[in-house]
Amino acid sequence: MTAVSIAPRTFDAPRMHGPDEGRPTVSMVPDALGRFGRFGGRYVPETLSAALDQLEQAYAEASADPAFAAEVDRLLETFVGRATPLHCAERLTRRSGGAQIWLKREDLSHTGAHKINNTIGQALLAIRMGKRRIIAETGAGQHGVATATACSLFGLECVVYMGAEDVRRQAPNVRAMRLMGAEVRPVESGSRTLRDAINEAMRDWMGSVETTHYIIGSVVGPHPFPRIVRDFQSVIGRETIDQCLARFGRLPDTVVACVGGGSNAAGMFFPFVDHGAVRLVGVEAGGRSAAAGQHAASLSHGSPGVLHGSLSYVLQDRDGQTSDVHSVSAGLDYPGVGPEHAYWRDLGRVEYTSVTDAEALDAFDLVARNEGILPALETSHALSWAVAEASRRPAAEIMVVCLSGRGDKDAAEIARLRGLPPDAATT
Amino acid sequence: MHPAASTVTTAGSGLDRIAAVFAAARASGHRVLAPFVTAGDPDVATSVAVIEAADRAGASLCELGVPYSDPIADGPVIQASYTRALGAGLTLEDVFVVAREAASRVRMPLLAMASYAIIFRRGVVRFVTDARAAGLAGLVVPDLPLEEADELDAACRDAGLALVRLVTPTTPAARAEAIARASTGFLYCVSVAGVTGARSELPDGLAERVRWLATKTTVPILVGFGIAAPDQVRAVGAVADGAIVGSALVRRVADAIGQPREALLDSVGRFVGDLAAATR
Repeated sequence: MTAVSIAPRTFDAPRMHGPDEGRPTVSMVPDALGRFGRFGGRYVPETLSAALDQLEQAYAEASADPAFAAEVDRLLETFVGRATPLHCAERLTRRSGGAQIWLKREDLSHTGAHKINNTIGQALLAIRMGKRRIIAETGAGQHGVATATACSLFGLECVVYMGAEDVRRQAPNVRAMRLMGAEVRPVESGSRTLRDAINEAMRDWMGSVETTHYIIGSVVGPHPFPRIVRDFQSVIGRETIDQCLARFGRLPDTVVACVGGGSNAAGMFFPFVDHGAVRLVGVEAGGRSAAAGQHAASLSHGSPGVLHGSLSYVLQDRDGQTSDVHSVSAGLDYPGVGPEHAYWRDLGRVEYTSVTDAEALDAFDLVARNEGILPALETSHALSWAVAEASRRPAAEIMVVCLSGRGDKDAAEIARLRGLPPDAATT
Repeated sequence: MHPAASTVTTAGSGLDRIAAVFAAARASGHRVLAPFVTAGDPDVATSVAVIEAADRAGASLCELGVPYSDPIADGPVIQASYTRALGAGLTLEDVFVVAREAASRVRMPLLAMASYAIIFRRGVVRFVTDARAAGLAGLVVPDLPLEEADELDAACRDAGLALVRLVTPTTPAARAEAIARASTGFLYCVSVAGVTGARSELPDGLAERVRWLATKTTVPILVGFGIAAPDQVRAVGAVADGAIVGSALVRRVADAIGQPREALLDSVGRFVGDLAAATR
C-alpha cells in the first residue's frame, strides 16, 4: 500500500491527488453552479435565490477563517464527544465467518446520531449571517433533535417540521425536541412524511428568509446545501481514515452506509472517493418489495428528476410527479437522494443496493442481541447488507459500517410492528 | 365553439399574441387582468369552463396551473387544488387537453405555470413543442432561477413562446435588472416574499419597486401573489400593467365544488367581472 494522505482538516473539498496528480478527481465537485456532474443545481423560487447566495458567501468566508474551523472542532470534541470510536464487532464477525466488521460509532455522538455534526456547523453559519431563527425538517427525528440541541446551545429560536406519520412513529424524539424548547409542527399534507416536512420547511422559508436560516438535514436541496452538509459530515470519513491508518496501517477494504437523503453516507464516503481501491457501498430502503410505492430506493429504482431544489435520482411517475414511497425507517422514507450520490452512482464509484424492511428488522435484532447496541432502523439497513457480505469475504479484509444512529427511538415502533404493547419493545 | 375566437388565439406566435393583449390594453387605457386557473380542478371539463367564464368576464390573459405533487412556491389553496386534480387522476396529457380546449374557445392567450420537475421529466424541447401544439402562448416556471434557465429559454425562443421570469422583494437590484432583461412576454413581479395566497394589503414599497423595474425592461409588468380583491387590482394598476389573481379565484372554485356547474361558473364570472372592472 502506498502512503495515504490524511484528509485535511478544512471544510473545503479535499484535493487529494494520488498517482495521477493534476487530473480531475472524483472529489472535485461541485462546480460554481453546484453541479456534481449533471446533478445538483438550484431549482428554487426566486425568493430564495438571494438567501442561497448569502449562504454560499458566508460558507466561503467561514471556510477560509481558521477561527471557524477551530470553533467547530472544539464543539465537536467537547459537546458532541468526537472523535467517535471505531469499534470491532467481534461476535458479528465470528458469526459471519468472513471479513472483520468494524463499526464507526456515530450513535455515541451527543443526541445519538451523526446529524449533530451538521447542525453545529450550520447553526454557527446562521449566527455569522445574523439569523437568529432556525427552521428544519425531520424524518426520524434525529435531525430535528440535533437542530433543537444546537439551537438550545446557541440560544436560537427553533421550529421543526415533521410529517404527522413520523410524529407518531418517532415519539421519543418529538418529546426531546420539545424539552429543548423547539416548536414541532406536524405536517398533515401529502404522505405526512419527510418529503412533506421538507415542502413545509421550504414554504416557511419563502416567507421568513430574511431572518431565518433553514438547516437542511441531509445532502439534498438546492446548492450550496448538498456541499455544505457533506463537508460538515465528512468528519466521519476523515476520522475513519485516521483510525484505520492508526490501527491497521492501511485503509479498509469496504465501507458501508445507509442512504436515505444520504448524509451519513456522503460524510463517510467523501474522504474515500479518491482512494479508488476502497469499495464504497450505499444501502437504500428496499421496503416491502421492489414494486412502485413499496420502497424508497431512489438510486436503485428511480430516474433523473428535480425534487426539492436539485436534480438527482427521484422516484417519480412518467409525468414527473413524485411517487409515494415506503420504508419501515422514517429516516429513509424519502423519494429523492442527494445529487452527489447520483453522481457517484453514474460514475460507478459507489455501489448502491437495497435491503428490505424485514431484513433490516432482522439485523436490528441481530446487532441488539450480539453486540450490545440498539442500532437505528436506518442504520440496520447498512448492517444487514454488511453482515451478509462479510460472510462472503476473506477474514483478512476489513469492512467498516457507519453506525449512523442509535435505535432507542425505534423500540416502540418495532414493538407495534410485531403486535406487542409499546413498552414490550423487542421481547 | 367560436371559430372566430379560435382564429384569434392561434394566429401568430405566443409572444405576438401576448404583445397584442398589452398593446390593446394600452390603446384603450386599461390594465390587464390575468387569472390563474388550476388545470383539471375539479375536473378537465369544468376547468375549461372556468377559463371560458373568466374570458367572458373580462380577463385578458390566463395562467394555467399545471398540478405538481410538491409545489414549494405555493400556499395551501393552490396546493390543495393540485392535490385534488392529481387525486382525480389528472395526467400531463390531460393538462394539454385543457389548454387545447380552452385555447380554441377563448380570446385570451394562455400561459402554463409549471414546475421545472414536470418540464425536465418530459424533456425541455418536447415540453415546449407540446405546449405550443396545445395552443399555449408561454410558460411561467416558478422554480427555475435565471442561472438554470438557458436551455428552456432557447427552446421557448425557437417556438415563439414567452418565458416569463419572476422578480421578488428579496431579489437584489443587479439581479433584478438581469431578470427583467431576460423576461419575455411580460415580467412577473412577485408582491411579497412568501408563498402564493390571498392577502388583504399590498406591501409597502411595491409601487416604488414596480416603477424602478419599468425603467429596466421593455416588457410589461404584472404583479402577482396576494392579490385578491378589486381594490388591490386597482392599486396595482396605478403602477403596473396589470395583476395576476390566483388563490382567491382557486378558492372560489374549491368552495363551489359539489354545487351545480352553473353556480360555480356564475361565482367565477362575477368575481372575475368585479376584478376586471377594476382594470378599467
